[in-house]
Amino acid sequence: MNRNEILDKVTQIFHDVFDDDSIVLTDETTAKDIDDWDSLTHITLISEIEEAFNMKFSMKDVLGMKNVGEMLDILEQHQ
Amino acid sequence: MEQLLSFVQLKKLAKHPTDGKGKKLVLMGDCATQHLATAIQGTAMADGLNLTVVDTDYNLLDVLTLDEHSELFENAPDFVVIYMCTEKLLEKFRECSDKSKFAEMTMAQITEYWSRISSKLKTNILMFSFVEKDDAVFGFYGAKQPMSFIFQLKKLNCMLSQSASMTKNTFIIDLNQIALQMGMEQFSDAKLYYSAKMPVSLNALPAIAAHTIKMIQAINGRIKKCIIVDLDNTLWGGVIGDDGLEGIQIGELGIGHAYEALQHWLKDLKERGIILCVCSKNNEDAAKLPFTNHPEMVLHLDDISVFVANWEDKASNIRNIQQTLNIGMDSIVFLDDNPFERNLVRSTIPDITVPELPNDPAQYLDFLQRLDLFETASYSEEDRDRTRQYQAEMQRISQQKQYDSYDEYLQSLNMVAVVAPFDNFQVPRIAQLTQRSNQFNLRTIRCTEDDVVRLMNDKNNITIYFMLSDKFGDHGLISLVILERMDSETLFIHNWLMSCRVLKRGMEAFILNTIVNTAKKNGYKRVIGEYIKTPKNAMVEHIYEQYGFSPIGSNRYIAEVDSYKETRNYIKMKE
Repeated sequence: MNRNEILDKVTQIFHDVFDDDSIVLTDETTAKDIDDWDSLTHITLISEIEEAFNMKFSMKDVLGMKNVGEMLDILEQHQ
Repeated sequence: MEQLLSFVQLKKLAKHPTDGKGKKLVLMGDCATQHLATAIQGTAMADGLNLTVVDTDYNLLDVLTLDEHSELFENAPDFVVIYMCTEKLLEKFRECSDKSKFAEMTMAQITEYWSRISSKLKTNILMFSFVEKDDAVFGFYGAKQPMSFIFQLKKLNCMLSQSASMTKNTFIIDLNQIALQMGMEQFSDAKLYYSAKMPVSLNALPAIAAHTIKMIQAINGRIKKCIIVDLDNTLWGGVIGDDGLEGIQIGELGIGHAYEALQHWLKDLKERGIILCVCSKNNEDAAKLPFTNHPEMVLHLDDISVFVANWEDKASNIRNIQQTLNIGMDSIVFLDDNPFERNLVRSTIPDITVPELPNDPAQYLDFLQRLDLFETASYSEEDRDRTRQYQAEMQRISQQKQYDSYDEYLQSLNMVAVVAPFDNFQVPRIAQLTQRSNQFNLRTIRCTEDDVVRLMNDKNNITIYFMLSDKFGDHGLISLVILERMDSETLFIHNWLMSCRVLKRGMEAFILNTIVNTAKKNGYKRVIGEYIKTPKNAMVEHIYEQYGFSPIGSNRYIAEVDSYKETRNYIKMKE
């Protein structure tokens, strides 16, 4: 899967979790840019992405990710 | 578990606001419970249960149960769910100076929570069991070492069950069992606990919420009462009509052990009070042959309440069984190996539960056991007799055909009723009847055993239970009446409910006569009854009018004690 395909798949998960199909993600997107992205929803996101990509984030990943770009980096490395 | 929604789906459902008119649940724990609250709310929605879930902040068990103005008491919930997690327990265990007494000390603390809640609230407490996760300090030796965490943990779970069994309004949601079924890898994710104090993974939440809602539904009286089974390739391998008695697989032959295990389970359910019926496309003689003549059959004819074997379509046969038993379709489970029959029954009878059995009969039992179909919130000795009662009912129905008039038939039954005030011995049966009766229930007030005791001890109430027997057998305790003093001249029928097993025997008349006579004896001038409509009790909508009460307002009825005309019946009161 190339980075764009990963982004597409992650975008779909965001749409599902936030129940909002208008969300557009870029590398620079952070929690501040999306209204409901609080610590609780963050857990839901992480779990859903882990399930969809059949991988586990490390705790360091979970706490350290600064933006969507870093999330995509991790997913790319996990392939 | 069958077809659980995912957490994200539940979350979407939970967004829709409830109207606040239904039941209320307060969730509290010593871990993060927000996601669990969402999952329970979503599951209630999906299950059509009007429930508002209130989550409380992290680790406030003491504050919530001590402060009478806390969120817990202000909400006055119908259900309190307590989730104390194993991770927190381990922290406390480390600080404990007398480790071999840890379970006792913790149990004392938990009992303290329970009694603080119950002293201020009339509610049901649903307590999660502890997940038995070993800290691996003693290794496997820990299982026999009282100083080990796992030893104390196992002991604590036993003590939880024991304490709950002595506290009528306290129920255990067996989280440990859920973890066991799911496997720890799936059930929890350490980073979620370290980063967010969440002891369970998101994937485990739908199952936990489903168990919680099932328990609540059982307390509310939504329980399965009957299981109807097909025969060929469901109860035994092969087709009795083709393979003959020697050819069917049950016990040693072929894959017979799989069917044997299923039959044992069905028999255990029957012993617990689930009604067992047969519905099979077969000649009746052939269908009954294994039950009477096969040495390895576990089930026998006297385990079966209604036995139907013919060539009619199964949906019609099931409807007939349901009418004979007089229970709701939604309390019936139908087992059949044939996908065609399953679909037919499912599509023509939407309320019935038809499990999608796996292809391999060896998987039947495990699959069915995981569905949690037969949840219950009570158990009494009389449950065990239910099969015999329904069999007697079948005899009555066949005798009925021999008499010219129904009156003549009723007279021949030699019916005798016991009329008595509530007593401690009958409390479990009384509570259970309030939870099980849906159709003949005038005001549908569900009671726990504690509620029954309260009603019984209230000086303003006159409580009466009725038992009925006839020449075919004993029906046991079949009806309840609670009369409440409204003023010095008026008695109000706070509730009246009756088991549908004894409909149309004259018991309705007998009970109303008893009510009016009781009022008279106690110096009252009139009796007022009320009907509160539910989706299931249309049967009794006009009962007070039918028996000579006069309507006042839209759903209340009155009888003047002196002018009330008793309705004739053929029931004698036991002296």
